[in-house]
Amino acid sequence: MGIYPYLVAAWLAGVGFYGVITSRNYVHLVVCLTVIQASTYVLLLSVGFVNGGQAPIFADVPSTSVVVDPVVQALSLTDVVVEATVMALLLALVVQAKKRFGNVDPDSVNRMRG
Amino acid sequence: MSAFLAVLLTLVAVSATVTVLIREPVRQAIVLGIMGLFLALLFFTLQAPDVALSELTVGSLVIPVMLTLTIAKLRALDARGDEAQEDEDEESRG
Amino acid sequence: MRPRYIIGLVGIGLLVAALAWAATGLPAFGHYNQAYGRVAARDAVPTRNGTNSVVITSFDYRGFDTLGEEFILFVSVTGVVVLLRRMRSAGREEDSAASSGEIEEEDMRASTGERWLGAAAVGPVAVLAAYVIIHGQLTPGGGFQGGTVLMGAAAFLALGGESALMLRIRGSSSPIEIAESIGAGGFAAIAFGGLIAGGVFFFNFLPYGKAGLLTAGVVPLDNIAVGLEVAGALLMVTSELFEQRLRGGAT
Repeated sequence: MGIYPYLVAAWLAGVGFYGVITSRNYVHLVVCLTVIQASTYVLLLSVGFVNGGQAPIFADVPSTSVVVDPVVQALSLTDVVVEATVMALLLALVVQAKKRFGNVDPDSVNRMRG
Repeated sequence: MSAFLAVLLTLVAVSATVTVLIREPVRQAIVLGIMGLFLALLFFTLQAPDVALSELTVGSLVIPVMLTLTIAKLRALDARGDEAQEDEDEESRG
Repeated sequence: MRPRYIIGLVGIGLLVAALAWAATGLPAFGHYNQAYGRVAARDAVPTRNGTNSVVITSFDYRGFDTLGEEFILFVSVTGVVVLLRRMRSAGREEDSAASSGEIEEEDMRASTGERWLGAAAVGPVAVLAAYVIIHGQLTPGGGFQGGTVLMGAAAFLALGGESALMLRIRGSSSPIEIAESIGAGGFAAIAFGGLIAGGVFFFNFLPYGKAGLLTAGVVPLDNIAVGLEVAGALLMVTSELFEQRLRGGAT
């Protein structure tokens, strides 16, 4: 099956979105966002894969051997670290929400006003 | 596509599904760490050592630590909220 | 089930179906054949004299993207600090001086084994982090990975029970904040240096050298800058959350 990795990426995105929609706890929601991010990494790296290719590190192989694509790897590796920090920002918002509204249930937050 | 890669992809999908279906945040942090480990193995198999290194450190160290610290803070806010509520009740009664 | 859930599930089903349908239009797994990737892989080593083409690509060919990611990092850390520091000053009025003194003492009384293990682990992990950062353009690694390992080395301080030390090195104009700002500013300054030296933003203006430690122009400096920034950012975020837990917890 030549498209199995792409299907796994689509499944991860779908499962993550399902978790976000049916979430009853803001921390659970942030973890489901992490799952959605994981699906993008899987998709990017699967697109760049070459059959029989090596890792694009040329320390001990000649620079003309078959390697996988380095550009998508460059995009993914910066993304992994940065998204962890964005998740920290979301968690800080969750802590503030708890302080303001008293609970972390997304469904009950919009019923309290003022 | 080798069988190892197919098995690893399936493991990633299964652990992600389990992460979403668990509703308790503390247990989710543990399963998220496991999913990060499978993801790092998958990235190694896809010939991407840099990304695997990032994912290993971030997914096993940074994200579970931040999650557990936040959960502890939320519980502390709960405890302080109960105390403040009790004080208010006493004041309004007395 | 609520109507919102049903609509949501239908939407997700459509999304997954559309993604699966789009996947059939991609080249089959393993048959990647784009020119840009092949040129980047083939030319990184001869022209830049480094051996890790991923790091060279992300700091030299796609340096602008990495600059954007750095600023995302910086801005989110600023957001976390703004959100949680205001909370901390609001909570401090409620704590009496005696209780905060008690918190510090209790946390300092970690067991001896924990403290020995934490102290023993900090040194080797910090050296490993510095190694990973500096050798970014030669072996897998670089600023981002080494930065998180450096944060791990500092986290061993907290895990080893030295929470009082962690509280003291935080606070405004602490070394962590200075390190993070130097990292972010340094990366942008190197990019501007390329503009001044070569007329193009992010021009690689240092000599390339042979394939050793100081190769690939500005990439080692970029690695150090990014490593500082990532470590500083993650430490600030973790210590903000950690301090919340200390001050708001043990009353």
